[in-house]
Amino acid sequence: MTKRAPEYSRRQILVTGATLSGGLALGLFIPGTARAAAPELEARYWADDAHDPNEVNAWVVIEPDDTVTLRCPMAEMGQGTGSGLPLLLAEELECKWDNVKVEFASVNRNIRENTLYGDMLTAGSRGIRTTWSYVQQGGASARERLIQAAAARWKVPARDCMARESKVFHQPSGRSLRYGELVKDAAKIQLAAEPAIKTPEQFKLAGKRHPRLDSAIKSTGQAKFGIDTRETDQLYASIMSCPVFGGKLVSVDDSAILSARGIKQVVKLDDAVAVVADNYWRANEALKKLKITWDGGAAARTNSVQFAQEYRDALDGQLVAARNDGDAKGAIARSKHVVEAVYETPLLAHATMEPCNATVHLRDDRLDVWMGSQSALDNAKLAAREAGLKPEQVYFHQLYLGGGFGRRTFGDELRDAVRVVKRGNIRQPLQLLWSREQDMHADRYRPQSAIRLKGALTPDGKLEAIFIQSACGSIARSTGRPVPDGIDFTALEGIGPSVPYNKIPNWYTGQVLKNTHVPVAYWRSVGGSQNCFYLESFIDELAHAAGKDPLEFRKSLTDRVDSLAVLNKLAEISGWGKPLGAGRGRGISLVDNHEAVGGQVAEVTVQPSGEVKVDRVF
Amino acid sequence: MVTLKINGEQHDLDVEAEMPLLWALRNEIGLTGTKYGCGIAQCGACTVLMDGHPVRSCSLPVSGAQGHEITTIEGLSHNGTLNKVQQAWIAEDVPQCGYCQSGQVMSATALLNRTPDPDDSDIDAAMAGNICRCGTYVRIRRAIRRAAGKV
Repeated sequence: MTKRAPEYSRRQILVTGATLSGGLALGLFIPGTARAAAPELEARYWADDAHDPNEVNAWVVIEPDDTVTLRCPMAEMGQGTGSGLPLLLAEELECKWDNVKVEFASVNRNIRENTLYGDMLTAGSRGIRTTWSYVQQGGASARERLIQAAAARWKVPARDCMARESKVFHQPSGRSLRYGELVKDAAKIQLAAEPAIKTPEQFKLAGKRHPRLDSAIKSTGQAKFGIDTRETDQLYASIMSCPVFGGKLVSVDDSAILSARGIKQVVKLDDAVAVVADNYWRANEALKKLKITWDGGAAARTNSVQFAQEYRDALDGQLVAARNDGDAKGAIARSKHVVEAVYETPLLAHATMEPCNATVHLRDDRLDVWMGSQSALDNAKLAAREAGLKPEQVYFHQLYLGGGFGRRTFGDELRDAVRVVKRGNIRQPLQLLWSREQDMHADRYRPQSAIRLKGALTPDGKLEAIFIQSACGSIARSTGRPVPDGIDFTALEGIGPSVPYNKIPNWYTGQVLKNTHVPVAYWRSVGGSQNCFYLESFIDELAHAAGKDPLEFRKSLTDRVDSLAVLNKLAEISGWGKPLGAGRGRGISLVDNHEAVGGQVAEVTVQPSGEVKVDRVF
Repeated sequence: MVTLKINGEQHDLDVEAEMPLLWALRNEIGLTGTKYGCGIAQCGACTVLMDGHPVRSCSLPVSGAQGHEITTIEGLSHNGTLNKVQQAWIAEDVPQCGYCQSGQVMSATALLNRTPDPDDSDIDAAMAGNICRCGTYVRIRRAIRRAAGKV
């Protein structure tokens, strides 16, 4: 929140007139989009025959009963954007936090109205980073209009009025009016200029702890996740894809299950088989009984041991310089004290607690989708392509996500569901749920990688050079996007430009991208996930080789205010340096990821068996 | 025909005896608060109470649930009043994605029913079978202490 807010012109923030129930609808333009759109007053599905001329625009609605609703374009998978954005709105609006509600913004409307809600992509830790300034501006704009409406009603100067706790007060007389009493008038106010938004020093709500808006529904089983969708006459499907990525289905013997109870049909796809039934358990049990023949192709003869060797071997091949400060190679060659290490990480599944699923209802001119998605807009377009419909014929109903971690951006489960209803000519609602087994084996994994790190220490233990060779799976390449100059920046996160240290004079990072037939994708924190582990493990090895305290050694590598602040805070709260007793110790790590520096201290015990137990993490 | 008593209500279900309770709850009765996570009793998302004891509904056939009192997350609150575990969960803002939390609340409720004043090792033992991918374990422990009247 340290960034300066962009300026908004009056034209960008529009009060769009009274809504049907007399609420104030405040429209916000997202920078870079052509126009704004209207609020839905209730959480109803946006249908093409229901366009209301009074609804011109909106993200924010204030109802006569003082309820404030923010339409949230972001998914909610536990990261808290669904509470953080309304908090910023309330901060500016000076409304009671208890009066704030949040709804998922309509995806269909976003398609129809020129992506007024943006790309709706909830990934890369962007939920708040990309939306905070216009949400704040919307709140400030609404507050100013409410104040002016009250001043006009009382026939007093607006400067004598102030807003607090969902009311406008006239300070000299002590009179007050609720926001709900003012919204109709406020909707008609034209502001001469948009008010400035608060700076973090002025925050009253933000920056302090507030209850999440979804704690109650998630503690009582009421929160609806994609898997909880229950439509009339809904069917259920379980699917099994070829055990080898890129492989094909050859044949299916379904004679054992066709007469089983509740089984509707077996749907054969090019690379998968699905069983459709009236109950998910019946579908999944039947699927397990099918005799399926697959053709895995050449990839069926590969294995993990071979891949691991290939990643290690790639470190000795041709690399592209992705960062090259000073002369790291020369410094390493000249140094008498070089530390070297090779680390490896395997493919890693996302394993979201809620296995991937999508519920679809295909009709001649319309496809309804119910799922929790990190990328609802793109997923809706994907579903349209698979169904042979136009994007505006897709009605995407966003639900809570039982974990995302990057897995729920691609819509693979939705693609499966649409393929099954199309191929099977199914016109009832169908929920396709990946069994846990399917969820693990049909994932797009965190990239496999190997890395060699070299560090040159001076005789007095100063780090003068870091030399990194990285062989890593490219997410861009795996998802069909270009990798200009052979560099994939997600694979560099944490070992390239974004590191918390700025005082290492010579730094080289070379990268070679290496993909197999196994798809790879964004995994929680993306490149930082494996690269932080790599770099910080190595920094520790260097500290030990230099005979320095690992925390002090890190402090010597940076004069960045944020990095030092995190290190000093960690030292303070963890009691760094205080003895812990036999068999116990502390470890520290620092990371610069997605525009923030973070760190941890772990207190561990090495047990007699040699196993390490993590006792505490600060 | 299988007769189940769920949250004090009797349900006569025409389902196979071996159908796991989870799928009877979610697909036949429409109680979706109990979640599917792994199907092999390893993650705890499907935890319900049987006569007050936590069981994994994904691996318990309906025939085994017959004749017992089954309580799901939907049955913990009465006339809009949440049980003390749920109240503590909200007070401590435990849930993040929330998907595992029905199971967590059920396991915690069972723990406090038999051990009203649990220490940390009691909590660890009782909650070890409930995985949370968001890592809300610290708050879970605090919420259990709060529900036990320790906060």
